[in-house]
Amino acid sequence: MAIEISPQSVDVAPPSSFLEVRDLRVHFPTDDGIVKSVDGVSFALQKGQTLGIVGESGSGKSVTSAALLGLHKGSRARVSGEVWLDGDELVSMSEQDMRSLRGNKVSMIFQDPLSALHPFFTIGAQIAEAYRVHHKVSKAEARDRAVEMLKRVGIPQPERRVKDYPHQFSGGMRQRAMIAMSLVCNPELLIADEPTTALDVTVQAQILDLIRDLQEEFGSAVIIITHDLGVVAEIADDILVMYGGRRIEYGSVRDVLKTPEHPYAWGLLQSMPHLGGDVTERLNPIQGSPPSLINLPTGCAFHPRCAFKDQVPDDRCSTERPELLPVPGTDKHIAACHLTAENKIEIRSAADRLAK
Amino acid sequence: MLRYLIRRLLAAAVILLVISMITFFIFFALPSNPALLACGKTCSPSRLLEIKHSLGLDQSITTQYWEFFKGLFVGRDYGDASLIVHCHAPCLGISFQTDTPVLDTLLQDFPVDLSLALGAAVVFLILGVGLGVLAAVRKGRAADKIAVGAALVGVSLQIYFVGLLLMYVFVDKFSILPTPNYTPITQDPVAWFQGLILPWATLVILFLALYTRLSRSSMLEVLGEDYIRTARAKGLPARTVIIKHGLRAAITPIVTIFGMDLGSLIGGSAVITESVFGINGIGKLAVDSVTNSDLPVILGTTLFAATFIVLANVVVDMVYGIIDPRVRLA
Ligand SMILES: Nc1ncnc2c1ncn2[C@@H]1O[C@H](COP(=O)(O)OP(=O)(O)O)[C@@H](O)[C@H]1O
Ligand code: SF4
Ligand SMILES: [Mg+2]
Repeated sequence: MAIEISPQSVDVAPPSSFLEVRDLRVHFPTDDGIVKSVDGVSFALQKGQTLGIVGESGSGKSVTSAALLGLHKGSRARVSGEVWLDGDELVSMSEQDMRSLRGNKVSMIFQDPLSALHPFFTIGAQIAEAYRVHHKVSKAEARDRAVEMLKRVGIPQPERRVKDYPHQFSGGMRQRAMIAMSLVCNPELLIADEPTTALDVTVQAQILDLIRDLQEEFGSAVIIITHDLGVVAEIADDILVMYGGRRIEYGSVRDVLKTPEHPYAWGLLQSMPHLGGDVTERLNPIQGSPPSLINLPTGCAFHPRCAFKDQVPDDRCSTERPELLPVPGTDKHIAACHLTAENKIEIRSAADRLAK
Repeated sequence: MLRYLIRRLLAAAVILLVISMITFFIFFALPSNPALLACGKTCSPSRLLEIKHSLGLDQSITTQYWEFFKGLFVGRDYGDASLIVHCHAPCLGISFQTDTPVLDTLLQDFPVDLSLALGAAVVFLILGVGLGVLAAVRKGRAADKIAVGAALVGVSLQIYFVGLLLMYVFVDKFSILPTPNYTPITQDPVAWFQGLILPWATLVILFLALYTRLSRSSMLEVLGEDYIRTARAKGLPARTVIIKHGLRAAITPIVTIFGMDLGSLIGGSAVITESVFGINGIGKLAVDSVTNSDLPVILGTTLFAATFIVLANVVVDMVYGIIDPRVRLA
């Protein structure tokens, strides 16, 4: 079943938000079929605000963020939908124009800094290069800028370390250098794709503090991608929960973490260690494995793993795809699950009792 | 780095020593009789003994090897009182066939192989890597398919076929080029160039396919790396991403193969190309020495080729250190 993606209509008025993503889809044609890595994702973000995107690995988080940088341009990926950034639509933008935004107005911190930094160039050269490509400055000025950035992200002896190669840095230092590189042009939108996954807990906290401080200083919009709800609780204003390339729940962090509406979000919350608690206390992670993105389960894509599908009558969970419906009493909290409000209240209070 | 280099050079010397021993002992294990060959058709037993003695073949193998080894450092004198031929150090011996020091012959033929190897290698390296990178960047599209197809044809071609075809078309049929031959570059650069065009072309056609495929696959691997995505995410132009960030990393495995190929080509491995075009280099010298059971020349050509291959290895490692800071600073 091949779904033709119609070219998006660009006559839609640009939105008022700094960043607005509308019905973003990224499909990869492969020999086995079309991999729908991102399938209809929408969200909005203001400057100075932080959005957390959560989901298991393979749920389409990185592919989504790559689409925001236009990194799928020139590949076999089929991208549709709209990405409005400060009045510009990025999906239909040419590679040439996109290039002048990348690393400049929009930049990205990648997950694994060891593989994301080039092993053959010095840290300083890589940061200076990111600066020089968007600014007409001399090599010496760019180098000074690199030293300044390293200092700002808390690397000791920056004048000396600027000449080091990535393999001479520790993991935490490397991630700091990566952050220095992505901030070198003062981006207005910063995307951090699992910036702390490869790091130990104390360094994790330092890196998150650093991102937060820099955001406060520059008032940038930040998207932080993670599969750790603890990180989101700490740093984000809004949260988007992805499952199988789709949105299943979206809203303010307060609403979603206090009263999650989707059983998958409950599962994520439960598998999160309690803040300040023992890490070994990690409760039941969600049973089963992530879905195939080529043939997503019918109905609710989560139904093969859902413990509550029996509470929905007529087998609707496996036949009818739940719509994203607003949660009453909230301003933008939406979730896609067939369970009734009464069901949810009941289940949540039962779970709370169990937890105590 | 310097200490590492010295260590590598010492190891290289040991390897060469072992190779010389192996060659020496294999030669004596073979059922050939160089004295008989040197003696000619009208050979009497006493004459045979005389020759054996003058060639040193009447001594034990270990003594013979020791004489050879000593000669490398202090030189040797050959013959009896009536006629003494001096072979100065480093002496690789004196040809049974021509009575000239092997090293002199090697040095005389060396420019042939050096010209042949360098000329061809520069072209097949640049062209091959260029085509490979182009194919990788245009993966799955027309340019890639053409490059891959041409590479496939290239690897299945034989030197005899390519060489003779080129000869026929360019020399016999249309007389665009002179018959291939070797003129020293110091004597007449134009003749040197013209005489080597076809041998170069033949080598290029044969090696080009290999280098195109190698650099294509190496480049494809590198283009999938995270640091290439980072380079794009910085907003670098495609050219910078591909050449500066991509090729810089993709060149590493190519350097290894190229070092080996260049080393063995200089050392005389283009023997078939030499013979197709009737150019007499070290390859031909080596083949003739085996036919004639000419031990000193067999040893000399083997060691000569081995020296270049072993040196190429050392150079490749040094180049690695220049390319990859992880090697240099380890
Ligand atoms: N170039 C590609 N071709 C085919 N499938 C891809 C490609 N890139 C990513 N995918 C698939 O898209 C899915 C989502 O990947 P990703 O966004 O990296 O997940 P994550 O949420 O862990 O970041 C994965 O199943 C992955 O295999
Ligand atoms: S729709 Fe059904 S299967 Fe899906 S999350 Fe809700 S209860 Fe579970
Ligand atoms: Mg990811």
